[in-house]
Amino acid sequence: MRGGKFQNNWRMAELHAKESPDRVWELETYGALFDRTPEGKISQRNFGGHEYPRLAHVGDRTGLELIRTMQQKIVSLQQEDFAETGDYESKIKVFAELTITEILKTDGKVSGALGYWRESGEFVVFEAPAVVLATGGIGKSFKVTSNSWEGTGDGHALALKAGGNLMHMEFIQFHPTGMVWPLSVKGILVTESVRGDGGVLRNSDGKRFMFDYIPPVFVKQYADTEEEADRWYTDPDNNRRPPELLPRDEVARAINSEVKAGRGSPHGGVFLDVSTRLAPEVIKARLPSMWHQFKELADVDITKQAMEVGPTCHYVMGGVQVEPDTGAATGVPGLFAAGEVAGGMHGSNRLGGNSLSDLLVFGRRAGVGASEYVTALGSKPKLAQAEIDRALASALAPFKGDSKENAYAVHYELQQMMNDLVGIIRVGAEMKEAIEKLETMKERAKHVSVSGDTKFNPGWHIALDLMNMLLVSEAVAKSAMEREESRGGHTRDDFPTMDPKWRAIHVITSWDGSKVSTKRESLPPMPKELAGLFDVEELKKYLLPEELAQLGMGGN
Amino acid sequence: MGYLASMRIWRGNSEAGQLEQHKVEVGEGEVVLDVIHRLQATEAPDLAVRWNCKAGKCGSCSAEINGKPSLMCMTRMNTFAEDEEITVTPLRAFPVIKDLVADVSFNYKKAREIPAFKGPENLKPGEYRMEQIDVQRSQEFRKCIECFLCQDTCHVIRDHEENKESFAGPRFFIRLAELDMHPLDQLDRKRDAQEEHGLGMCNITKCCTAVCPEHIKITDNAIIPMKERVVDEKYDPLVWLGRTIGRRKAD
Ligand SMILES: Cc1cc2nc3c(=O)[nH]c(=O)nc-3n(C[C@H](O)[C@H](O)[C@H](O)COP(=O)(O)OP(=O)(O)OC[C@H]3O[C@@H](n4cnc5c(N)ncnc54)[C@H](O)[C@@H]3O)c2cc1C
Ligand code: SF4
Ligand code: SF4
Ligand code: FES
Repeated sequence: MRGGKFQNNWRMAELHAKESPDRVWELETYGALFDRTPEGKISQRNFGGHEYPRLAHVGDRTGLELIRTMQQKIVSLQQEDFAETGDYESKIKVFAELTITEILKTDGKVSGALGYWRESGEFVVFEAPAVVLATGGIGKSFKVTSNSWEGTGDGHALALKAGGNLMHMEFIQFHPTGMVWPLSVKGILVTESVRGDGGVLRNSDGKRFMFDYIPPVFVKQYADTEEEADRWYTDPDNNRRPPELLPRDEVARAINSEVKAGRGSPHGGVFLDVSTRLAPEVIKARLPSMWHQFKELADVDITKQAMEVGPTCHYVMGGVQVEPDTGAATGVPGLFAAGEVAGGMHGSNRLGGNSLSDLLVFGRRAGVGASEYVTALGSKPKLAQAEIDRALASALAPFKGDSKENAYAVHYELQQMMNDLVGIIRVGAEMKEAIEKLETMKERAKHVSVSGDTKFNPGWHIALDLMNMLLVSEAVAKSAMEREESRGGHTRDDFPTMDPKWRAIHVITSWDGSKVSTKRESLPPMPKELAGLFDVEELKKYLLPEELAQLGMGGN
Repeated sequence: MGYLASMRIWRGNSEAGQLEQHKVEVGEGEVVLDVIHRLQATEAPDLAVRWNCKAGKCGSCSAEINGKPSLMCMTRMNTFAEDEEITVTPLRAFPVIKDLVADVSFNYKKAREIPAFKGPENLKPGEYRMEQIDVQRSQEFRKCIECFLCQDTCHVIRDHEENKESFAGPRFFIRLAELDMHPLDQLDRKRDAQEEHGLGMCNITKCCTAVCPEHIKITDNAIIPMKERVVDEKYDPLVWLGRTIGRRKAD
């Protein structure tokens, strides 16, 4: 809640905190091998903004361990099904490299989805009374990003097109440490473990500048001298933590300011150094994947040299508005969302490590939610042929494009524009310009034409992805325009401070078939027992006096 | 700094194909995948290529560069002379789908044939206790990014389509070794490796280890120890007895 500056849906934060341990232990029973403590338990570590070391991890490749464990669990369930029915795919079938272009509805309820095989270009119609979106993020709308080509916001767009709402789309996390050089890898992530394990940030004067950027709300938790910060690694109980471990939005803005002030590194970042702080063997043992990445992509040996890093668009806090307990999307019966595509859990800023545990907790909840929905539904909605035909025509439209407009070129311009005008630091006039430019890009995108056929044709794929990125970018720009304050992953030069009036307001976006519109909704108040977990003094920094009074915490 | 590289890219599908010549601009610090992407964005928008992370972490951009199984995103252009011709072809051991994209589903079939991890029934979630030193051995194999370069390079399947039926390949030998060395796994993996997955057909050429981008010591740390222990077990009546009676691990 603190990391998200109290914008989080408190119910989601509560479920996440209560259920994560069970989900992690469950992974062990599927065969996951986390790093261990001397007592043989799961070892836990700190990331920025954490009060206790709580991240179960595997060196610097925890995400890969999750992917592999889940993949192997699916295989294991299929093996059980095989033993029972003689068919591996009798209950679970994986459609690898198949892209969904549209959620299909009948009488207002989800009835299925349309997709195409990337390989063959053939279409598949799914008959399904419930669909769970788990499509990840939107980073590919920005020029510098840690996301892969998959981060095109498809699920966000699918939900909007199906009549759902997005929330919090102004909150975008720029991770402070992306690679800045060579240009071709600009944006690729340098994991936060580097700082968690002792890496420090320095500017071109060799100064650990983060000490100059500790915001007032965090002075109690962060050290103000290098000596205290250094002691924290071995004695976290008696020292405050180093400011390099402030929440990501703070660190990213600090780096941005240093570079702007002319104290950046040669390639426009700052220095992240472990080489002067840890022995080479320790670095290679704890950060093998980073060592490898810098050695092979940038010719930099991180055991001997500092890395050059700068902010990169990493994660979208905003997403589909869902019911916290079931993942059911507001306004679209049968549609569910979990993971990065869902909104609310992380408020205005996500803490490191919280995405992976979010996936485990809310992935399961959305699955259970969808299955209960289907059971309660009784008869399944019938797919309507007209709906299928409409979706097919729209997926094939780029082949009938009537101009020489090239999807790659429009995408490139979109990325540059989002980075420049709706990026890490925003102002009203620039966002207004972005919204206008998006209108012309939307017009151009309608005329994009694609050559070749539908068989593994990246030109066609990008043309379809582009439509989604434009839709999502419009939601981002308009939400950012709406929120007149700075909070977490939304920083405005024209409204530079956090305003408690905005704390309980969520910006919601929807789509009417041609444009995105925004509205404000108020966040339900936190129940007393949760509010009681915080110090009153801390709550006063975020909540309005009348909100505190309602919690019985007003008065002095 | 920029120059024009001579690229020969394989274009085609499962039926036919040929190498196409292209001159492509190269920028500082770029890798082969950057050059392929530039080609896509300019002359060849429908050129098919699989990729994802661009940082050697997802294993999807595998291809053969001048005949060597490699990740396109981790092969720097400056490892070639500027006037050298660079040939990029799809993985040879698997069927082509289109251009540089191969059908690697063989590997997913093999993955299904290996019985999943089986934990002890008397331990509930949260009760697992394991030493770092013990999990570390399996963790080495769990670094695998499933690029299948080792599978592509192994001559047992590369040159002998008929062996695919009975040979799981190095990627799955490390999967078996990983389970075998998992401190809490309850199944017998060594026998399985030998009898069901063709471990015996491997003649330890170490070509798989040489191409592994994760630097997993496939042969030294997985294949050889399993072969040795299979031999031990096969001829050690005591171990055999132990296994039949009580699922005891040989080490
Ligand atoms: C480099 C990097 C490092 C990170 N490190 C950490 C970390 O250490 N700790 C942490 O907590 N978080 C981390 N994160 C964030 C976290 O990994 C992501 O937020 C998380 O993986 C999102 O999971 P997801 O299941 O929601 O979506 P994803 O994992 O992004 O998966 C989405 C899937 O949906 C598919 N898809 C998308 N659109 C369609 C469509 N139209 N049809 C069909 N399929 C589609 C995609 O191909 C993809 O397979 C990191 C992120 C990045 C980029
Ligand atoms: S060592 Fe064995 S598995 Fe590896 S390439 Fe040689 S024959 Fe194949
Ligand atoms: S073992 Fe190495 S070469 Fe083989 S699939 Fe895994 S990462 Fe690739
Ligand atoms: S793109 Fe992921 S390994 Fe090359």
